[in-house]
Amino acid sequence: MIVLEKRPQPSQAWSYATPVVAVLATMVFGGLLFAAMGKDPVEAIRTIFWEPLFGEFAFYYRPQLLVKGAPLVLIAIGLSLGFRAGIWNIGAEGQYIVGAICGAGVGLAFYPHEAWFIFPLMVIAGAFGGWIWAMIPAVLKVRFGTNEILVSLMLVYVAEQLLASMSLGLLKNPEGFGFPGSRNLQSYDSAHNAELITGTGMHWGVVAAFVAVIFSYVLLKRHMLGFHIRLTGEAPRAARFAGVNPARLILFCLGTSGALAGLAGLFEVSGPSGVVSIDFNVGYGFTAIIVAFLGRLHPVGILLAGGLMALTYIGGEIAQSQLGLPAAAIQVFQGMLLFFLLALDLLTNYRIRAARKEVA
Amino acid sequence: MTTPLLSLQGLTKAYPGVVANDNVSFDIGEGEVHALLGENGAGKSTLVKMIYGLVKPDSGRMLLRGQPFAPPEPRAARADGIAMVFQHFSLFDALNVAENIALGMEDPPPMGSLASRIREVSETYGLPLDPYRTVGDLSAGERQRVEIIRCLLQDPKLLIMDEPTSVLTPQEVEILFETLKKLRSEGTSILYISHKLEEIRTLCDHATILRLGKNVGECVPAETSARDMAELMVGSALQTPERASRAFGEVALDIIGLSVPSPTEFGTSLRNVHLTVRKGEVLGIGGVAGNGQDELLGVLSGEILTEADAVKMAGQPVGRLGPTARRRLGLLSAPEERLGHAAAPDMSLTENALLTGSVRENLENRGFLKWAEARSFAERIIEAFDVRTPGPENAARSLSGGNLQKFVIGREVLQNPEVLVVNQPTWGVDAAAAAAIRQAILDLASKGAAVVCISQDLDELMEISDSFAALNEGRLSTPRPTAGLTVEEIGLMLGGAHGMEVAHV
Repeated sequence: MIVLEKRPQPSQAWSYATPVVAVLATMVFGGLLFAAMGKDPVEAIRTIFWEPLFGEFAFYYRPQLLVKGAPLVLIAIGLSLGFRAGIWNIGAEGQYIVGAICGAGVGLAFYPHEAWFIFPLMVIAGAFGGWIWAMIPAVLKVRFGTNEILVSLMLVYVAEQLLASMSLGLLKNPEGFGFPGSRNLQSYDSAHNAELITGTGMHWGVVAAFVAVIFSYVLLKRHMLGFHIRLTGEAPRAARFAGVNPARLILFCLGTSGALAGLAGLFEVSGPSGVVSIDFNVGYGFTAIIVAFLGRLHPVGILLAGGLMALTYIGGEIAQSQLGLPAAAIQVFQGMLLFFLLALDLLTNYRIRAARKEVA
Repeated sequence: MTTPLLSLQGLTKAYPGVVANDNVSFDIGEGEVHALLGENGAGKSTLVKMIYGLVKPDSGRMLLRGQPFAPPEPRAARADGIAMVFQHFSLFDALNVAENIALGMEDPPPMGSLASRIREVSETYGLPLDPYRTVGDLSAGERQRVEIIRCLLQDPKLLIMDEPTSVLTPQEVEILFETLKKLRSEGTSILYISHKLEEIRTLCDHATILRLGKNVGECVPAETSARDMAELMVGSALQTPERASRAFGEVALDIIGLSVPSPTEFGTSLRNVHLTVRKGEVLGIGGVAGNGQDELLGVLSGEILTEADAVKMAGQPVGRLGPTARRRLGLLSAPEERLGHAAAPDMSLTENALLTGSVRENLENRGFLKWAEARSFAERIIEAFDVRTPGPENAARSLSGGNLQKFVIGREVLQNPEVLVVNQPTWGVDAAAAAAIRQAILDLASKGAAVVCISQDLDELMEISDSFAALNEGRLSTPRPTAGLTVEEIGLMLGGAHGMEVAHV
């Protein structure tokens, strides 16, 4: 029989080792899955993990890693602050959309005027859009005790309707021959979030993601506010005793995660995407939840997890096109990764011991 | 010599890193009340768990009336006539007494006949209890009766009681003792675990003393002084707290007509509470837990806000100030619940030192934390209060209850409070640590701080407090000077709402 025994202290070693073991286990069981589907498992795993980084077309895929990874990291960093305090913003997708709409709206309002201040203004508007969208569940929770999980999640669908309405109405490209979608910001220099160094995928959103990682690290390690966030998550009653104002913390955590999600939306719409369109959002806000947990809610972990997630996305796409793996199989593969991570997480706080069967 | 009821021979049980019981042997005679004495962590719990079949010994054996006895699970132990009343009750609040008792039985009889048996047993043993009352409405003493009657219905040969009096008023203790004496006269043996030495002296025939998992001595409690037993238990000469005579200064803390609805559904609302503590004074507040103690602490610590004028510090209204602002003024507190309230279990001692120490110990600079200073503050607490831990980087939950309590009290005391509020400062703490904590509280008072000590332990309150008040159902009695109070008077102050029916044996 196997028994779980609570460790007196969380194991430092396992908290670092579990993500690695989880990735390895995912490779093994993902390989079995691919084998069962009649594909060469080694080839499939190699395609997913190796091809984007070092394969023949890596020069094309590597920048894509940054482009895909940056919004994930930026959103996940914001979410991790709330998650650490037990404040569950599930609606980053909606905040991402509203941030993009607000940012793009400000940019398009100046069209075709060219000026240096337009892009910074868009950045502020993007952050504000995400912030205000997150403030709805935050204020409702503080004032009326509503559940932020439900409210923030449902606001995602409201945001999607708003997005559709914007791309069909207010922000529709007047020169777009009636097709839905806004003007392409990529062709409007003052509003374009262009690559900072051509061919690297490095745009302002990537910079913002790295800055957010550093900020969040300093906040959590060295600042009272970060300490209070951690304390609230670990022992809410102790946090109140320490003098934490729960309402302020809720407003801060939801507001920050909303602002960062809004920024991610703005950088996406003004850069890689360029257009406010009905299908602008591709689920970054939801995937970022996985990234936040995969990175163990630690800023550096999230950075790595965002990279890994981007890798499986791009690798998964290559595997789909080269090996003919169905998209669903790739999703199962990503699901496995989260599953193993959460399951192995147990080992940080418990040890497994084989117990002799106690004889009567 | 006759065969003892239960004979323990060389019982040993080791857990990773600690030997809980090391070669423990003793006998429990038929119809004997046998005390098991020891500090926290001395291995009392592990030992009784082995007898009750919850834990299997690594080596050694037990003989029940001369027959080998090795219960693989509590059910087997119960079948052999061993029953146990745990310190923490396992009752369902929403069910009534009879239903709760039926849940613990192998094949419960129909409810009607069970209820009449409960009545019968409760009358026989002087434990008044209505089988149809909902457990949620019962006092702690009455809940304990449910547990005891649950055991008695099995007609046990050996009844194990783990710290049974910790939640009882003096009157309830008397009722319990009458019951236990009656059981003894009928030939039931009782293994009585406690650290309250006076109780053991009045009740028990024989005592076995454990220290660090070893049997360090046996005695006949009636013939041994409490002090000698305590020293056996602790292994060194025990220091009783000394109080320097002191004059009281101005009023440091004032509560005027405070009424607060409880923030939680099952809490107790405070009703028209008045209290005044002067500098240098220790006010003891007695009463059974759950009568508004947590709420009173919350009101003082700043976790529960009130009208500004309801709580005053040196004349200044502080009722609307949060915990941080109150700490700045010198009003510090230490809640009862160590893990999760006074300290964050998974955080290090350094982080836990920061938890309340950041303002007064100057551990932050414009919001940025001074980790080095926080660490040295934690080290100072560990050093000054003899907290047994490898170092401040260890998680709070890795400490034993007594050590963590020393840390929590030390953290507040070292910040030089003007007013210190403590709730159950020595709950679950061994004798030596309790003495150290009480001494620290007295020292603080003699330096001029006002102290409010909320506790269920009346001996403790008599020892350290200058005046005494009782909290009962959210109402606080008028404080009276401790000197000259008799146990009966205290019992009456404690309200009598619960458990005042005297045993009719």
